[in-house]
Amino acid sequence: MSASNPAMTHDGADRWLVREELHAQPGTMLGFWLYLMSDCLIFACLFAMYGVVGGNYAAGPGPKDLFELPLVAVNTAMLLFSSITYGFAMIEMQRRRVNATIVWLAVTGLFGLAFLGIELYEFHHLIHEGAGPQRSAFLSAFFTLVGTHGLHVSFGLVWLLTLIVQLKRWGLTDSTRRRLACLSMFWHFLDLIWIGVFTYVYLMGALR
Amino acid sequence: MTPASAEPRSELATLLFGRLSLDSIPYHEPIILVTFAVAALAGISVLAWITRARAWGWLWRDWFCSIDHKKIGVMYMILGFVMLLRGFADAIMMRAQQAIAFGDSAGYLPPHHYDQIFTAHGVIMIFFVAMPFVTGLMNYIVPLQIGARDVAFPFLNNFSFWMTTAGALLVMLSLFVGEFATTGWLAFPPLSGADYSPGVGVDYYIWALQIAGVGTLLSGVNLIVTIVKMRAPGMGLMKMPVFTWTALCTNVLIVAAFPVLTAVLLLLGLDRTVGTNFFTNDFGGNPMMYVNMIWIWGHPEVYILILPLFGVFSEVVSTFSGKRLFGYTSMVYATVVITILSYLVWLHHFFTMGSGASVNSFFGITTMIISIPTGAKLFNWLFTMYRGRIRFELPMLWMMGFMFTFVVGGMTGVLLAVPPADFVLHNSLFLIAHFHNVIIGGVVFGVFAAVSYWYPKVFGFHLDVFWGKVSFWCWQVGFLFAFMPLYVLGLMGVTRRVSHFEDSSLQPFFIVAAFGAVLIGCGILASLIQFYVSHQRREQLRDVSGDPWDGRTLEWATSSPPPEYNFAFTPRVHDIDAWWDMKRGGYQRPTAGFMPIHMPKGTSAGIILAGISAVLGFALIWHIWWLAVTGFAGLVGFAIFHTFNLDRDFHIPADEVARVEDARTRALAATGA
Repeated sequence: MSASNPAMTHDGADRWLVREELHAQPGTMLGFWLYLMSDCLIFACLFAMYGVVGGNYAAGPGPKDLFELPLVAVNTAMLLFSSITYGFAMIEMQRRRVNATIVWLAVTGLFGLAFLGIELYEFHHLIHEGAGPQRSAFLSAFFTLVGTHGLHVSFGLVWLLTLIVQLKRWGLTDSTRRRLACLSMFWHFLDLIWIGVFTYVYLMGALR
Repeated sequence: MTPASAEPRSELATLLFGRLSLDSIPYHEPIILVTFAVAALAGISVLAWITRARAWGWLWRDWFCSIDHKKIGVMYMILGFVMLLRGFADAIMMRAQQAIAFGDSAGYLPPHHYDQIFTAHGVIMIFFVAMPFVTGLMNYIVPLQIGARDVAFPFLNNFSFWMTTAGALLVMLSLFVGEFATTGWLAFPPLSGADYSPGVGVDYYIWALQIAGVGTLLSGVNLIVTIVKMRAPGMGLMKMPVFTWTALCTNVLIVAAFPVLTAVLLLLGLDRTVGTNFFTNDFGGNPMMYVNMIWIWGHPEVYILILPLFGVFSEVVSTFSGKRLFGYTSMVYATVVITILSYLVWLHHFFTMGSGASVNSFFGITTMIISIPTGAKLFNWLFTMYRGRIRFELPMLWMMGFMFTFVVGGMTGVLLAVPPADFVLHNSLFLIAHFHNVIIGGVVFGVFAAVSYWYPKVFGFHLDVFWGKVSFWCWQVGFLFAFMPLYVLGLMGVTRRVSHFEDSSLQPFFIVAAFGAVLIGCGILASLIQFYVSHQRREQLRDVSGDPWDGRTLEWATSSPPPEYNFAFTPRVHDIDAWWDMKRGGYQRPTAGFMPIHMPKGTSAGIILAGISAVLGFALIWHIWWLAVTGFAGLVGFAIFHTFNLDRDFHIPADEVARVEDARTRALAATGA
C-alpha cells in the first residue's frame, strides 16, 4: 500500500497511522462496573436515609417488634446459595457446557424466587399487622431499602430467564458469555447489598 | 392543579384517566392559551414543512435512529437550543413582571403562574439546556479528539439522547396539560410534599427528571468507557486533549452524582404517591435529608456543567494564540482537584439551615479552596495568550468575554462562601446574580465559543462573523445590564422568587434588569439569524481543508464534516497536540490502501424505549394506573425483545471508504491544498 502512495514511506506511514484493522478493547465489563457503582450509590443513599430516620418509629412498632430473625436468616441463606450456584453456572460456562450452565442458572433462579417469596411474605405480614410503609419514617425507609433490593432481584430473575432462553437458542457465543458475565456481576452485587441490609437493618435492628 | 369540579368524578373516569380531566387544560388562562397557539402553529408548520420536503424517512433513518455519535451530538445541541428559547421565554416573562409589579400594579402574572415560571426556568435551563449542550459537545468532539470511530456503546448513546428528549417533552407538556411545580427548581419538601403541593406539578418535575436522568447517567458511563478504552494508540492519559480530560472528569461526576438525584427523587415520589414519610413533617420524616441529598447531587452538577467548557476554553485559547496550552499538567490536575473538591462543598447551599458554626466553617473553607485550582486555570489561559499570536475570531471573543465575566462571578462566589456573609445574602437576588454570572459567563459563553469553534468541523462551513459579533456583544452587554442591578438589589436585601414589590424605589433597578434581558434576547435572535445567514452563504463560507483554524487536536485531522467512520485509518499519537505534531512532522494524508471499516448499525429501539418511558411517566404523573402498568410491561418487554436482536453492526466496504476519501482528495486538490 505504501508503494501506491509515493509521498509516504513505509516508516512514515507507521509513525502516523495504524494501517491494520484496530480491534477496540471491549468496554462492556468496565461499563457494567461503572453502572454497578452508580447503582451502589443509590443503595448508599437509601442506607443513609435508613441510618438517619431508622430510629423514628413515630410511636409505632420498632425493629424488635417486627423482625423475625430466623425467617430472615433463611432468606439470607437463599440468596447466598443462589450466588454460589451462579458461580457454578459460570464455571460450567468456562468449561463450555451449555446444558450444565442452564441447569445451574435455573437452580439460581429458583433460589432467587424463594428469596423473593419469603420477602413478599414478610412484607405482606408486616402490612397486615398495620406496620406498612406509611406508618413511620422508619418503616418507610425499611420498605424502600429492602424493596428496592427486592426489585433488583426481580429484574435479575427476568434477565436470568431471558438468558436461559438465549442460551438455548444460541449456545455459548461471545455475546451470551458476555451477558452471563454481566448478570453474574449484578447477581453477586445484589448479594453484597443484601449482606449490608441483613447486618445493618436486621441484626443491628434486633440489638436496638 | 386539577380544580375541584362541580360534581364528583365517577369511578370509571378516575380508573380510565386518573387525575386527568378536561379541567386540567388551562384554557381559562389567556397567556398559556396564546403560548399554546403559537407553539402549535410553529409545530404544525415544521411538521408540514418536513412532510412537504418528504423528509420523514430521511429524518427517521439518518437521524432519529442513527447511532453515529456526531449526529447524536448535533441532535443534543438542537434540543439545547430549542429549550433555550423556552427557558428564555420564562426569563423575559419574569423580568417583565418584576419590572412592572410595584405598589398598586399586580403585574400581569398571578403568583401561582409566576411560581411555575421560575421553577420551569431553572429546571429547563439546567437540565434541558445546559446538560444537552454539554453532553452534545462531548458526544461530538470526544471520539474525534481521541481518534475513535464512535463511542463505546453507540446504541446506548442514541437511547440516552431520546430519554433526555422524553424528559424535556414532559416538561413542555406540563405547560398545556396540568401545571408545573411551583416549588423552585430543587423542589424542597415539605413544600413539594403531597400536603402542600397536591397537584401534578411536582410529579411532572419528578418524572421528567427521572427519565432524563437515566439518559444522563448512561451517557456518562458511555463516555467514560469511550475515553478509557478507545483512545488512539500512543495517547496516554497525559497526552489527552484538555477538552477530553474535562469530559472524563465531568462524566465521572455524572456517574457519581446522578444516582443521588435518582434516589432522592424516588423517595420524594414515594412520599407523594405511596404516602411514605421520608420528608414529611410528621411520622418521623426529615426534610433536611432531602436538602442534603439533593445538594450532594446539586453541587457536583454545577461542575458537571462548567468543566467541559473549561476544556473548550483551553482548546480555543491555545488554537487562537498559536501556542501550546500553558501548563497542560497543572490544567489536568486542577480539573481533577475540582472534580474531587466538588463533593466536599454541598453544605454551602444551606449555611443558614442549622448546621452550626464548625460545620459551616468546614464547608466555607472547602468552597474557598475550589477557587485555587480555578484560579490556576485562569492564569494558565492568560499565560497561553501571553506572547501568543492571538487571532480575534469569534470563539476567542467569547473566550475573552468569559474571562472577564467569570472572574466576577467567581469572586462573588467566594464572597458567598463566607458563612457570616451568606447569612446576610442567602436567598437574595445577590445569589441569583452570582450563579447567573458563572453560568452565563461560563457555561453559555463557553457553549457559544464551542459552537463557533467547531461549527466548521460539523457542517463544513464557517458561521457568519458579523452576526456572531452582534450576538456576542448583545449577550455580554445584556448580561451586565440584566444582572449587575440584581447584585445591588441583593445587597439591599431583596429576596428571590418574589412576584410583587411594595417599595417602588426598587423599580428602576428592575427596569434596567429587564432591559438587559431584552438585550440578551437580541443576542439569542442574532445567533438564530447567524445560523440562517451562514446556511444561506454556505458556499462562500465553505471550508474544504477540514482544519480551518490551524488546529492542534485530532478532530481537525479529518474532513469537515467528518465521514461516518471519522478516520479512514486510526491515527498514532506522539504528542499532546497530536494533529499539530502530525502537521509539523510531515504527515501525508493517505490516498490508497483503504480497508473495510467495522461500524455499528442504526436502530429504532432507542426512540421506541424512550417513547414508552414518556408514556409511562405521563401515566405516573396523572395516576393512570392501567397505563402505567401497561407502559412498564411494554418497556421491559421491548427491552427484552431488543436483546434478541444481534444484527447490530456492519462493515463499510473498502470501496466505499476509498470513494469518500477520493472525493476529499479531489476537493483538496481543487483548492490547491
